[in-house]
Formats: sequence, structure tokens, C-alpha cells
Amino acid sequence: MLDLLKIAGKSYQSRLLVGTGKYADFAQTRAAIDVSGAEIITVAIRRTNIGQNAGEPSLLDFLPPEEFTYLPNTAGCYSADDAVRTLRLARELLDGHKLVKLEVLGDPNTLYPNMIETLAAAKTLVKDGFDVMVYCSDDPIIAKQLEEIGCCAVMPLASLIGSGMGILNPWNLQIIIANAQIPVLVDAGVGTASDAAIAMELGCQGVLMNTAIAAARDPVLMASAMKKAVQAGREAYLAGRMPKKLYSASPSSPSEGLMTK
Amino acid sequence: MSVTMQLIINGKPRSFDAENFTVAQLVAQLNLEGKRLAIECNGEIVPRSQFADKQLTDGDKLEIVGAVGGG
Repeated sequence: MLDLLKIAGKSYQSRLLVGTGKYADFAQTRAAIDVSGAEIITVAIRRTNIGQNAGEPSLLDFLPPEEFTYLPNTAGCYSADDAVRTLRLARELLDGHKLVKLEVLGDPNTLYPNMIETLAAAKTLVKDGFDVMVYCSDDPIIAKQLEEIGCCAVMPLASLIGSGMGILNPWNLQIIIANAQIPVLVDAGVGTASDAAIAMELGCQGVLMNTAIAAARDPVLMASAMKKAVQAGREAYLAGRMPKKLYSASPSSPSEGLMTK
Repeated sequence: MSVTMQLIINGKPRSFDAENFTVAQLVAQLNLEGKRLAIECNGEIVPRSQFADKQLTDGDKLEIVGAVGGG
């Protein structure tokens, strides 16, 4: 069965999107991403080291942009202006690449998003021709507004960035999914494989994660677990789960033909 | 005679002995040739296609950025 993730007119086989930060080294980053099967990978935009180790390898040497769809992010931006500036630089850096992850943070301790600045940045970026996947709070009204602005995907948090707390409000996610005409992906908060599976079972189109893989004791093995969890959750969603009941008077084995009768 | 020019690169001042100094020359002098990067001069992006033409002047503020690991 062909069940593709469609974002901004392009189709992807993998519904697992991964970050490239916090790994021990580039080789481990590459190994984990290969095992995850992810096709879309996030990168950050930062000042280049000047004058030191000009020959030192870069992330792009290990993850060539020809092999992956890069999703440059605005991590560390606390205003709409900074986020827009960062993504314009990213577009230049990646030869006109339009697909981006917008996130505007509101607080350095919790990394909770500032949705007022995020909305402002999204408007500017959409007008500027970007395909904007947007990290947001799990507020259904905000998510709808981001869709109306023209974002190509909304990515509500499951819980706070890097917390690994899992899905704290599945009900809000369900409302966002039910109201959305664009893909909804969970971004942030996934801690382990079951969290990713639950996100997919709720009807998310995909899951984006970084720390859950990179901070596992064995990141490559966790990448494998996440790949399976996202696939399993997706299949369970498509299959349609049985209804929950407090108890069932209908055993799975036949009631007829019991020897004691 | 040589003219010394000061540029602010990624927040730090650096001096260059050059006249008619272009962004392309700056990239070469910083050993960044062939690296994938994007450059902003005084808040405006300098497209790669204009590196050879874009003249730098004393006091220009440059940001030179690349892609790094992130989530």
C-alpha cells in the first residue's frame, strides 16, 4: 500500500522527521539518521567558525543535501524578525530551498514558543514564497490561524522541547487534527517509541524529533525503534482501532463445544 | 601603498590590507572557499553570484553562516 506523506506538493515515504543536533559526532548522526529512514532532516543556521580548522568536516559532508530534504530551522530565535532573517540566509545557503521549519521561542528555560511572534513571522515568510512548517503550541485556534496564513504544515508540541515527557494533551492534538486541512505533525516532547506511536495513532501525519534519538543511551537503536513506532502507529491509525469497553461479554474463543457442557 | 580596512565579521573586528576588496576575496582570505555558506553585509544578503562584484568598505558588518546540527 502506498501511503505517502505529502508536504508542500512533495511526497515522502518516511513519516519520521529527525533533527541533527546533540549527537556524539557526525558519524553517529549519519548512522542514526540512516537507520531512522528519515528523508527530511532539520538543520540550524549558525555563524561559521572563522580562521580555525578550515579543513574540518562539516555536517553537510556527512549528510549531503542531495540525499536528504533539508529543513532549516530558526532555533534560538526569539523574534519574528530574527526568524525571518535566519530563513532568508538559509534559503541563500541552500540554493533557493523553500521548505523551512519556523519556530520562535518565548522563554529560554522552557523553550515554549511565542505564538504572537510566530504568527507574524509566518505571514512574512509565506508572502516571501517559503513553504513553512511551523512549530506551535497545541492551541487549536492558533493552529487554524497558521493554516489560514498559508503554512504548509502545523507542528504542535507534544510537550516541551527536549523534555521527553511524551504527549501531554492528546485531546488538543485530536482537535487540531480534526480541524486541519494541512498535515499536522508532532514536533517536540517525544521521549520514547510509544510516544511516537501514540502521536501517529491520534492521526498525526508525522513526527519530528531530535533529543529522543540523540539522547538515548544507544541513539542508533532508538532510531530504529522510532522508525518502527511511527510505522506501527500509522498502520494502527489506518486500520482503525476497536472501541474501548470496560469489559467484554464476548470472549475471543468459541463458547460452543466446551467439554464441560 | 596598502590601505588597512576593518570589517566586523561575525561580531569580531578584523583588519585587512587591501584595496578594492570583494566578498570573493574575503572568502578566499578566510580559507572558506568551496564551503557552503551564506553571507550578509550590513543586514543585506549578498547572493553567491555577486561575491566577485560586491566591494567591501571599511566598517562593513558581515555575517557568515553555515548549516550545523540542530532539531
